[in-house]
Amino acid sequence: MAKSSPTKKAWRSLTWLGVIIVGLIALNGAGVFTGGGSWTPKLALDLEGGTQIILAPKLESGQTVSSEQLNQAVSIIRQRIDSAGVSESEINTQGGQNIVVSIPGTPDDATLSRIESSAKLEFRPVLVASAPTEASVGADGSTDTPTDGATDGATAPATDAAADPAAETPTVAPTDASDLNNITPALQEQFDTFQCSDIDTSNVAPADQPLITCETDGSIKYILGPVEVSGENISDSTNGQVTTQSGATTGEWAVNIVFDGTGTKAFADVTTRLSGLSGAQNQFAIVLDGSVISAPRTLAVITDGKPQITGSFDQETSKALADQLKFGALPISFTVQSQDTISATLGSTQLQSGLIAGLIGLILVVLYSLAQYRLLGLVTVASLIVAGVITYFLITLLSWREGYRLSLAGVAGLIVAIGITADSFIVYFERVRDELRDGRGLVSAVESGWRRAIRTIIASDTVNFLAAAVLFILAVGNVRGFALTLGLTTLVDLLVVALFTHPVLQLLARTKFFGDGHKLSGLDPRALGAVYRGRAQFQPSAEVASRKATSSSKEAAKRQTIAERKAAELVGTGSTKSTDGKDS
Amino acid sequence: MASFNQFGNDLHTGKLSYNIVGRRKIWYSVAAVMILIAILGPVLRGGFTFGIEFTGGSEFVLSEISTEDQGAAATAVTGVVPEAVPKVSVVGSDSIRVQTDQLSDTESREVRAALASAYSVDAAKVTSSFIGPSWGQDITGSAIRALLTFLVLAGAVMALYFRTWKMAAAAMVALLHDLVITAGFYGITGFEITPAAVIGFLTILGYSLYDTVVVFDKIRENTAEDGSESRRTFADSVNLAVNQTLVRSINTSIVAVLPVASILVIGAFVLGAGTLQDISLALLIGMLVGTYSTIFIAAPLYAQLRENEPEIRKRDKKALALKAKAAGTAPAAGADATHVDVPA
Repeated sequence: MAKSSPTKKAWRSLTWLGVIIVGLIALNGAGVFTGGGSWTPKLALDLEGGTQIILAPKLESGQTVSSEQLNQAVSIIRQRIDSAGVSESEINTQGGQNIVVSIPGTPDDATLSRIESSAKLEFRPVLVASAPTEASVGADGSTDTPTDGATDGATAPATDAAADPAAETPTVAPTDASDLNNITPALQEQFDTFQCSDIDTSNVAPADQPLITCETDGSIKYILGPVEVSGENISDSTNGQVTTQSGATTGEWAVNIVFDGTGTKAFADVTTRLSGLSGAQNQFAIVLDGSVISAPRTLAVITDGKPQITGSFDQETSKALADQLKFGALPISFTVQSQDTISATLGSTQLQSGLIAGLIGLILVVLYSLAQYRLLGLVTVASLIVAGVITYFLITLLSWREGYRLSLAGVAGLIVAIGITADSFIVYFERVRDELRDGRGLVSAVESGWRRAIRTIIASDTVNFLAAAVLFILAVGNVRGFALTLGLTTLVDLLVVALFTHPVLQLLARTKFFGDGHKLSGLDPRALGAVYRGRAQFQPSAEVASRKATSSSKEAAKRQTIAERKAAELVGTGSTKSTDGKDS
Repeated sequence: MASFNQFGNDLHTGKLSYNIVGRRKIWYSVAAVMILIAILGPVLRGGFTFGIEFTGGSEFVLSEISTEDQGAAATAVTGVVPEAVPKVSVVGSDSIRVQTDQLSDTESREVRAALASAYSVDAAKVTSSFIGPSWGQDITGSAIRALLTFLVLAGAVMALYFRTWKMAAAAMVALLHDLVITAGFYGITGFEITPAAVIGFLTILGYSLYDTVVVFDKIRENTAEDGSESRRTFADSVNLAVNQTLVRSINTSIVAVLPVASILVIGAFVLGAGTLQDISLALLIGMLVGTYSTIFIAAPLYAQLRENEPEIRKRDKKALALKAKAAGTAPAAGADATHVDVPA
């Protein structure tokens, strides 16, 4: 049985579509099987409820928080949550003091720290590094033995000089941040008594002052010089695995930072200076919220402004830090004041009504398609069903992998997509009908109608997809969820019209029912104004003598080319004026 | 549906032709009036009404309650402030959170009392505070940036695809027309602008351009096919394309509007105000206006923009001459040319 090439192509397209659908279902099944996945999409805050977290600012006595700081914090927290997925959280201020974060589901510790930690990043040169002192230090610290040789004879005068303001300013003005003259006797004193448990992460020393702190795990304590480069100069940050020069991954996770112009220059200057120093002073400490994440040795000058931070990261923590750095530090630190479950604001009746409304809408669309396109309307219905199945599984997959959650607005958006998806079929069918009107046989009308229709469909879908992509990348909050839905339905629309509607029509065009233009097929050339020529071929009538002839030949509505029609109009003085007046 | 088929056939061949492009002055005037109403209406009414997601509002928290009936809270609030649309949710195991539009101090006190009696708790167990907007300046700002970027990119894509910036310009004007009128509708009727409504606007943005591209693609096809022997002027070709896609425009609008209308009907009459009504209203108006503006604003405007190009003028002259010649060979000619000659 020799199949013509369009038939073969049609079957191939349908096979591909089958593969895609089976693949989606299998992926989803794998998700359910391995845990985490589900056969239904997760619902958003408005439909399912979630957790309400109230964040209170950590304030010193007498300190107040301005509304500007709060708004900035809200915006940063929103970006941090958004970057973890498309979950449509709700964040607002409360009482001009607190921030209320409502997120769907129950947050784990990682999510909480992603939200509340201030993420203030500083690069400071190491001045002194030593093993931390034991916890047995006396209250006044005077009995402590200095652990570092750098202190030499300064210990004795330092104890009484501590009260003297002069002791807090260096005797010799330091020339740069690495200069050991930064260490005043008072600072040395403080360092000697310092314990890693003392770190106050919410009260980091000012940027132009030295800082005493520890490694995050408490293994080393440091005196660090003033801030050389800070997180404000970061233009982008990503996470990834460390690669060796040969390109192999070491399995260690790192945060890759890209500095802006100022940061790049400052970073190059510091690394130039540090690489010339030795011992602890060669180290460059990366300080996050007051603790040292790591203090690598400066082996080379970094001039491209793209340092890499390693430490004890895994994939999740490196991603969280990268996101935090990208969106900047919170202007103030917050603590979680309360964390409660919260019920849905809309409840199940709204969702049910929405779905019922969608179903009614769908039935109306089906009825209209059948009335308008007869049995061809069934192709529309089948295409919509295929589109619906694909969209459903894509959304379920996204809700598993990307944390997408379906809100009521999202449901409404999907229902609306029915119309936009159906438009592709309408554009296509109308083009095929136009070709039939021009006297083509059905098989070739389908092919040439398709060639014209797909151009239009691609062009118009590109505009929609562009809207979705731009909104998804640039917008925040609820708008991103909408953009995702729009982009998804647009892609599904293209997929279905190319891999389902067109192949099905190609195959149907070869059936007797459609090929012979049965009255109920919706593709009856006679009804469309073409003239039967025999052997399932239709041709437009060559000449029409006068307008009167045309208007009287109601049974066949003899078809003319446009030019001929115009000519005939010019010739005729017929009673039915064709142009002016019809719309008035 | 044979008559509708016949309608489509006649539009395709040109037997039936609505002179849309030639009467652009009428459509422009209609658009100008509609836009004027859409701008003046809200101003006279006192501006737009924004939802609490934009403005912030009052929040009441009832603790140590025994029942979790959310309806009672809503009833208590609307008993004091009838126009309020309270958002009620259960927090933890024994608290209820009620958010409403910003209330005055007196109203706040009354609502507190009403809530306390509705749940039979002590008034001291009801705390009230002010909440900031959850749709803050940062979301609006980023959405507007995204929007402008999209418009510039969409304009560029259309200009490249159609090989003329004039189509992109005409499409953008029609889009602006749609957005102003839809927004005006909200302003005039006083419907609350909520995030759902904004998302409705964004959908319209895409839909309006989408619809215009579909029709413009037919215009591109028709005007590109016109050889030197064509008796159609440029405006004729544009008009023919609009007529030929009229059946598609009608079918698409009906198919797109049916689900939206059913959401609106169910949302508004069964559930009352809420997300479904907010989003579907914006969509219904926007889709109808979007389809209308493609046909009556974008297409005539495009024809007008192109008409004065020297090359098009030359061809139009030739087409008219050919038409006149054809008319000259026939005794009863002339009348048909009228719609072409409608002055711009």
